[in-house]
Amino acid sequence: MRLRGRAIYDGRAEGLSLISASPMSFYGGVNPDTGEVTERGHELQGESVKGRVLVFPYGKGSTVGSYVLYRLKKNGVAPCAILNAKCETIVAVGAIISEIPCVDMLDIGRIKRDVDVKVDGRNVLV
Amino acid sequence: MLAGRDGHASQKAMEILVALGRIYGAKRLVRVSSVQVSGVSYKNLGDAGLEFLDELAKDGRSRVKTTLNPAGMSLTDWRTQGIDSHFAEKQLEVVDAYRRLGVEISCTCTPYLAGNEPRFGEHIAWGESSAVAYANSVLGARTNREGGPSALAASLTGRTPLYGLHLPRNRVPTHTVDVEAQLRSSEDFSSMGYFVGKSVKDGIPRFRGIRKAGLEDLKTLSAALASSGGVAMFHIAGLTPESALGGKKTEELTFTPRDLAETEANLNDRGTPDFVSVGCPHCSLGELKTLARLLKGRKVRKEFWVCCSREVKRKGDAAGYSRLILGSGAKFATDTCMVVAPIEEMGYKVVATNSAKACHYMRNSGLRVRFMPLEKCVEEATRSR
Repeated sequence: MRLRGRAIYDGRAEGLSLISASPMSFYGGVNPDTGEVTERGHELQGESVKGRVLVFPYGKGSTVGSYVLYRLKKNGVAPCAILNAKCETIVAVGAIISEIPCVDMLDIGRIKRDVDVKVDGRNVLV
Repeated sequence: MLAGRDGHASQKAMEILVALGRIYGAKRLVRVSSVQVSGVSYKNLGDAGLEFLDELAKDGRSRVKTTLNPAGMSLTDWRTQGIDSHFAEKQLEVVDAYRRLGVEISCTCTPYLAGNEPRFGEHIAWGESSAVAYANSVLGARTNREGGPSALAASLTGRTPLYGLHLPRNRVPTHTVDVEAQLRSSEDFSSMGYFVGKSVKDGIPRFRGIRKAGLEDLKTLSAALASSGGVAMFHIAGLTPESALGGKKTEELTFTPRDLAETEANLNDRGTPDFVSVGCPHCSLGELKTLARLLKGRKVRKEFWVCCSREVKRKGDAAGYSRLILGSGAKFATDTCMVVAPIEEMGYKVVATNSAKACHYMRNSGLRVRFMPLEKCVEEATRSR
């Protein structure tokens, strides 16, 4: 299946999908040293975003979240790409400063968990 | 700048602004006259954030007046605050990176009381949610709610994408709030903001039925609205400069005496305070005057922090207020505050404060809180255990 969105940060990546149907908060929600989702009650709590194509509708929470994405990248535990329904400031800025390929305006409901996903610019191959 | 001819930092900054402009449908960039940068505490930035700032500082330089949010400690008195030396060293490196970027090391959440006071109608790019709400609503300057990196990007380029609250059509009220409760103190404004922020989320409330509001009232109202909700702008009929704006159908709500009492009660946890702090947002000179009057000739028996900017503290020194405050044993916490300093790691459990915003964030750090007026905070600090 081929999906076409809008490139927020242009790049290429390939990895296994990790899906969250609910929005994600990186500040206080993801451990910047390990990549583990720590937000209490979140559907991905306890899972690691490391190396995954992370799929979620949009970001929420504190704008410090952009720096958390950057810390994940520097610590080698960042997602390899981010796919959103509608990107907002926190994730967009985080992806740009961390140089993580990021695409939005996607029908993310069509992507299943643990499948191989290729990202190339605005194109997403599932 | 986008092509990198002005260097790496300007290029990265421009990439951020162009991406945000595309996301939010901005037609162009607009020049800004001032910037307030958030994202200063080492607690939040970590080593990676510090590395990012160092990288930008290699060839990046502010192009407009840029001031800085509070840090995780006082830059000079961190030892007496009980901050560990590793944290202090890293925090000073963060501040040094900002200094090299040409940012004024103001370390305050009230830039408008410390020399960064934009005029009506000016485009600015501010982080720090309480200052954003104050600048839009009280000063009539125009800013979206920026994050640390997007505000810094505006500083390094002198520009921001033209969308959201930069456009008059997006500054009209979405909610009308009939204020039936009597607002007797700044703390009542704080409670009201906390209550209303929860219901209007990121809307623009217009308050009706408030006859007067002072600087301290508006400062704490801004902070509370932006902490329980995502409010970036509000109006008060007859008082704030753009309160005549209208045209959209608004959702109606009321703020009753009962709402006031319940909000206050909900901001009080169990326990006797072992730490008392005022100045969220940072104290004004007027508040230092009140504190000086209340503390004169008395002794505090608990750790008592008065949080304010260096600028306001200097004025307090000149007016003789600081001497009276320090004479009581209270401490000034300049450059920082009870929310961004690691209080919970210093062994304190229950904090008394006069700010609903501070209560909100300190609870998130695992502290218990007691919300009370400034006078009561002084009572709490001076009475024997």
